[in-house]
Amino acid sequence: MPKLIITDRSGKKSEIEYDSNFTLMETLRDNGYDIEASCGGCCACATCHVYIDEKWINKLKNMDDDEESMLDQAFDVKKNSRLSCQIDLSEEFDGLELEIAPE
Amino acid sequence: MTDKTDVVIIGAGPVGLFAVFELGLLNIKCHLVDNLDKVGGQCAELYPEKPIYDIPSRPVVTGQELTDELIKQINPFKPKFHLNQQVEKIAKTEYGWIIETNIGTKVEAKCIVVAAGAGSFVPRKPPIENIESFENKSVFYAIRDKSIFKDKKLLIAGGGDSALDWTNELSKDSSVTLIHRRKEFRAAPDSVSKMQELETKGKIKFLKGQIKKISKIQDSKIMLEYENDDEKLNIEVDYLLPFFGLKMELGPIAEWGLNLHENLIKVDTEKFETSTPSIFAIGDINWYPGKLKLILSGFHESALMAQEVFKYCFPDKKNIFRYTTSSKELQKKLGV
Repeated sequence: MPKLIITDRSGKKSEIEYDSNFTLMETLRDNGYDIEASCGGCCACATCHVYIDEKWINKLKNMDDDEESMLDQAFDVKKNSRLSCQIDLSEEFDGLELEIAPE
Repeated sequence: MTDKTDVVIIGAGPVGLFAVFELGLLNIKCHLVDNLDKVGGQCAELYPEKPIYDIPSRPVVTGQELTDELIKQINPFKPKFHLNQQVEKIAKTEYGWIIETNIGTKVEAKCIVVAAGAGSFVPRKPPIENIESFENKSVFYAIRDKSIFKDKKLLIAGGGDSALDWTNELSKDSSVTLIHRRKEFRAAPDSVSKMQELETKGKIKFLKGQIKKISKIQDSKIMLEYENDDEKLNIEVDYLLPFFGLKMELGPIAEWGLNLHENLIKVDTEKFETSTPSIFAIGDINWYPGKLKLILSGFHESALMAQEVFKYCFPDKKNIFRYTTSSKELQKKLGV
């Protein structure tokens, strides 16, 4: 199984295996990470905000307007900010590193 | 003045709306209270344009379409809506319950039905250290009285409709600076072009960046530190108006003494009654073993809740179950 490397809000780093059928948000939530995702993943809130490691950010599909607009409601937005519900995982992301953004 | 009715429904989302229908079929009259300025809850506020695929018999329906059709469906029962307000207090009376909202609306009812979804929509507050101590003095998340801003220096933050509409409106009588993390805005194109026109004419200023710190300086003025890329800059103003959309929180419901399970209201699966008799909870706000947060589950819960509410409203009457397809009595109520 491919893996993700995740830094949680306390700074703790851990590895989880993922299934390419799910989005990054679903994978984080299903693995017990504290990610609110209050709209359930339809890009209608900004509560699944993550920072993707610089090495990986350009390998992801570009953000669409919806996601970029929703990020306007997030705080501490950085160049590597993404909404995890909009990231469909695939095998090629094996080893992707990310950090969960502050609440 | 206190209104009197049979049931007060807290929350006018899809489940609260459908509860009016199920209660209405049993001759039970309803008032609904919602913190939003419109009916439809999350469906209308968060995802009006987004498709929903799991409403029975509707292969696809948007949040707004679902809301509009529910409003049409419950129209024969003439529910009364109290929008833009939040139920703060509830108290037991001889009649049943009395609820009071934050703007003083009082309604007395036999039963309360909590259909509050994920809670009330409240403004999303920027996580700036110490911002609470400035709230309602130098920092406002909503505008009730715009006259206080006349001839003052304002910093408006955000890129959505509220931020842009207030920038355009308040620029008439105040010195407005708009701050947003990028040059693109999600607000309606009309408001965006109006704002850009004002900027070109020098009537407003635009800053790119995100606010990081707030501090007090003399004469009730405040200093905001913001970052644009890696540059740190400061701006001094009288008021900060952040508009970062809405989030949901349980709010006053948590104080009503109902048994909770992780911020959700515990109910039984026969009557959907809470630990307090004659207070019910339906839809995403409730919890029971096996609960699924689906609109369709909320519809089912409405129908069963109504059977029990009937007993509180008409203790001496027997409730005979009838179908809308065949009952002339029900069809008369529906006006069909």
